[in-house]
Amino acid sequence: MKHSAFSNLGSFLLGGNHSVTSPASPQAHQINGIWWLMFWVCGAAFVLTMLSMAGAIWRRRKAIEVDHARDSRRAAFVALASGIVVVVLFVFLVASAVGMKKTEYIETRNALTIQIIGHQWWWEIIYNDPVPSQIVTTANEIHVPVGKPVLILTSSRDVIHSFWAPNLNGKRDLIPGYQTAFWIQADHPGVYRGQCAEFCGHQHAHMGFEVIADPAGKYEQWKAAQILPAKEPEDDVKRHGREVFLSHPCVMCHTIRGTDAGSRVGPDLTHLASRGTIAAGTLKNTTGNLAGWIMNSQSIKPGNHMPSMSLQPDDLQALLAYLGSLQ
Amino acid sequence: MKRLYFIVIGFVALLLASCEREQRRFQQGAPSTDTSQSHASMDEIYPGGARPPSNVANVYEENAYMVSEGKRLYEQYNCVGCHFHGGGGIGPPLMDADWIYGGEPQNIHDTIVEGRPNGMPSFRGKIPDQQVWEITAYVRSMSGLLRKDVAPGRSDDMSIKKPEESQKPEPPKK
Repeated sequence: MKHSAFSNLGSFLLGGNHSVTSPASPQAHQINGIWWLMFWVCGAAFVLTMLSMAGAIWRRRKAIEVDHARDSRRAAFVALASGIVVVVLFVFLVASAVGMKKTEYIETRNALTIQIIGHQWWWEIIYNDPVPSQIVTTANEIHVPVGKPVLILTSSRDVIHSFWAPNLNGKRDLIPGYQTAFWIQADHPGVYRGQCAEFCGHQHAHMGFEVIADPAGKYEQWKAAQILPAKEPEDDVKRHGREVFLSHPCVMCHTIRGTDAGSRVGPDLTHLASRGTIAAGTLKNTTGNLAGWIMNSQSIKPGNHMPSMSLQPDDLQALLAYLGSLQ
Repeated sequence: MKRLYFIVIGFVALLLASCEREQRRFQQGAPSTDTSQSHASMDEIYPGGARPPSNVANVYEENAYMVSEGKRLYEQYNCVGCHFHGGGGIGPPLMDADWIYGGEPQNIHDTIVEGRPNGMPSFRGKIPDQQVWEITAYVRSMSGLLRKDVAPGRSDDMSIKKPEESQKPEPPKK
């Protein structure tokens, strides 16, 4: 999941699942329209400027001769060019004002509400519900139904972060102690990558997330599975793995619903195996990656807030088997 | 020419002096793990006279890398939640000369592992023993009990507190 600067630039211009130029929501279409308007107008202005400069170099000034008629023609030309610049800037102003207005507005009936809390360096995702037993908490993966407006309430637990899924909407800052709200809506199914867009410390670059837009039925299925407490381990190895989890440092920071682990410092691990990535979009969720992360997370994301563990090999294997069973 | 040699040799010697500081001794074991066998004295009141002082040396106190690891773990295991950055709050301050349960390395290790009445939880099994000794070394650096070249020289976060290396030594009160 590592993105180099060049591949990011490429996907920005050519589209992709982390790009302003392949919009997948009404707001992103607005932003995309403004981007291409500015791109073509500024591109044309750049080409014209370069051409006239080349022309000026080509037709270098001959001996100094005073020609008042030509001077007044030049003055008229400069005034005309300035006028065109002002008009073009006004066009931009109106286009962005109209675009912003449309980006703010969205059909809000039967909307879904998701609360997103920024942490150094991961995202806590809470699906609010008036019935407490229906509240779903997960991390770094936001599932939304296609075609349904989603109200996102954001805040932060530590420093300022910024939520940015370029295919869906612009950026929105997550501010500690202050709740902001904005809307997203996915037009078609897909996986859209997002990223923290406000420098928030050591591992800012590894603070990614995924928005997974599913058809309504599939989304309901996902949510019904997430509401359930963690699966009971069905064999001795996994039962031992749960013992390891509950008697070692893991339990001091993580939650697994259905067990005694209920701490809210780190991501909720109740359905860890259902997620595609670990460490906020840094690594694919495989057994090997998870083992490396548990034993020495500091070599993968230096400075992150999870201390490295020291576990006996048997304990580690049992723990991995248990975590791998948390679908 | 001879003078130049001396200057060069002196300069190299100065460089070498800092070699040990950050050496990462991963193989070096922690002093002891069994707190039930600990002979650390916590108080000066004993029946039949005081026992000889505990002489368990914490090898990590000689190593800047281990102490800075301890400083990170002090945050990661949320010691700051109660003791703050040494000034104390919910828990007692750690940067002064007062030690309720003793200020020797073995005392601090035992306090972390066993827990103490009125709030200090027992971290037995919850923090690997090597990390407990790293935290112990860092805790002692907070009251200036470590060598200046071992104690952490800066903080990773914004802090108005001076780094541990400039802390005035506060020897434990007897």
